[in-house]
Amino acid sequence: MTRVKLAGRNIVREVMKNKVLFLMLLPVLLYFLIFHYAVMPGAYVAFVDYNLNKGIFGSDFIGLKNFEFLVQNGDLWNITKNTLLYNIVFLALGNIIQIVFAIMLSEISGRWFKKVSQSVILLPNFISMVIVGVFAYNIFNFNSGFINTMLAGAGLDRYEFYSDPGIWKYIIVAFKIWAGTGYGMIVYLATITGINHDLYEAAYMDGATTWQRIRYMTLPILKPTFILLLLFGMGGILKGSFDLFYNLIGTNSVLYPQTDIIDTYVFRSLVGQFNFSMGAAVGFYQSLFGLILVLVVNFIVRKIEPDSALF
Amino acid sequence: MEKTTIKQDSGSLIVKGISYVSITFFALVCLFPFALMISSSFMNEQEIVREGYKLLPKEVSFKAYSMLLGNSTQLVDAYQVTIFITVVGTVLGLFMMSMAGFVLNRKDFKYRNFFSFLIYFTTLFSGGLIPTYILMVKHLHLKDSLFAMILPGVVGAWSIFLMRNFMKAIPDSLYESATIDGAGDFRIYWRIFIPLAVPSLATIGLFSALGFWNEWYNGMLYMDSPDKFPLQYFLQRMVNQTNLGALINSGAVINTADLPTQSIKMATAVLATGPIILLYPFVQRYFVTGLTIGAVKG
Repeated sequence: MTRVKLAGRNIVREVMKNKVLFLMLLPVLLYFLIFHYAVMPGAYVAFVDYNLNKGIFGSDFIGLKNFEFLVQNGDLWNITKNTLLYNIVFLALGNIIQIVFAIMLSEISGRWFKKVSQSVILLPNFISMVIVGVFAYNIFNFNSGFINTMLAGAGLDRYEFYSDPGIWKYIIVAFKIWAGTGYGMIVYLATITGINHDLYEAAYMDGATTWQRIRYMTLPILKPTFILLLLFGMGGILKGSFDLFYNLIGTNSVLYPQTDIIDTYVFRSLVGQFNFSMGAAVGFYQSLFGLILVLVVNFIVRKIEPDSALF
Repeated sequence: MEKTTIKQDSGSLIVKGISYVSITFFALVCLFPFALMISSSFMNEQEIVREGYKLLPKEVSFKAYSMLLGNSTQLVDAYQVTIFITVVGTVLGLFMMSMAGFVLNRKDFKYRNFFSFLIYFTTLFSGGLIPTYILMVKHLHLKDSLFAMILPGVVGAWSIFLMRNFMKAIPDSLYESATIDGAGDFRIYWRIFIPLAVPSLATIGLFSALGFWNEWYNGMLYMDSPDKFPLQYFLQRMVNQTNLGALINSGAVINTADLPTQSIKMATAVLATGPIILLYPFVQRYFVTGLTIGAVKG
């Protein structure tokens, strides 16, 4: 008790002493307190039968009923499965393609070509996903989409992309790779250019072929970065790319079976059916398991490479 | 000896050849949607309806642009909203984050680890969309307020840590000598650290500005009045709409029947991305620094 009091007095003294510093930190602190910490208790809405008039804490407590319902109707399983599978493909395929392009960029010598191609490949990283949605419309829509223009021009039948859920798996992955390759490529390229040039020189002198150099030097050097990015990616594996999915799929419910992820489900429960508690239950489940995953991943990273651990 | 050098050369030539071809191919894939969007926006509406969007249209038409620029007050509103949130959000965010970065970097600031963790923890656990929505609407009364698009993204945990790390590079001796000269903390921050931190402010500011320019999500969640829609959300609604008459200036004298619906969608997209593509070559290197530093961990 006295210790608490003492600590309290210490804080007060500290604040008085560093008034200006505390004031300078205050805006950011207020931001996190209001927009993040004040929201956290609201996760309680997942355990009530939310009533708009009674508010979160006035609504009737129903325990795990929301969760039970979601498990029973299969929604929770379906969206979890979709989110996990998409993220695994994004991570695995994405990283491999990024590494391949980083190596290829490091092998070529034309400086102008290098610079320009790097800029061009990075460009998709900077546009909003709304534009990506426009691109998809531009390419895939039935009446005037580019692909259907080509098909019709060749005398073939038009293809109804927007009513075939199966094909959107590939389109979503393609756009994700399209948008993300530049960023990852630059991260890996920075690791490769960080390699001591003398090492390459020595390998060259020893008569190593280009393939041998890539196989026995570049790849091993990229391995730690690759494992780390993969592990941290695993930590975020329950988080969906709402931007991408919503702008490609939107409210086209025909496509939901194979394209509905946790984030789009929560969003729909908010704007569509106004089932706040059900959506919040899914959101809470996502946050909680997300946190556990990050802790586990961090634990593993600390075991294999303490310097790279997050905390 | 001679044999090995020949072998070496052919091996590296193959690798080089494959590299040039695949990089060129992928770069073209990256450019293709932009090119298609731009060419589609200049297409004659009849040609689109008859044959569809093309990379090389038979004739060029400026009708979509003249229609958009001549009639749409909503597009102008959307531009104003986006410019407003971008400028206010970026300036406010940079000010807040640079002060926080400055304080959290001060070794004589006792609770810096505690506060850093407080900020960091928010990246691990979040209350979720629905509690956030309830807070924003019921308690903060931000529904239909432009600040609903500024405040939620005004600062970011990673940017603060990036800022703090940038500040680390500024030698402590500078700060010590300023204290001896009797300068207060804020004065030191404003007069000494800010001028030295300009490159890092530029990097983080650009990321922040890009985020606000591309903002549509909070606009979709919280904005009710069409004159408060940000550019990207305006564009999203336009693309999903079959009847554009309602979105273009309502009291207009245009005949909705000959509205070039399909090319207008693409022309709006071009106008919404235009500034980014035009500025991109000049600001790109700041982005690359930010990306590589950010990736190495905050």
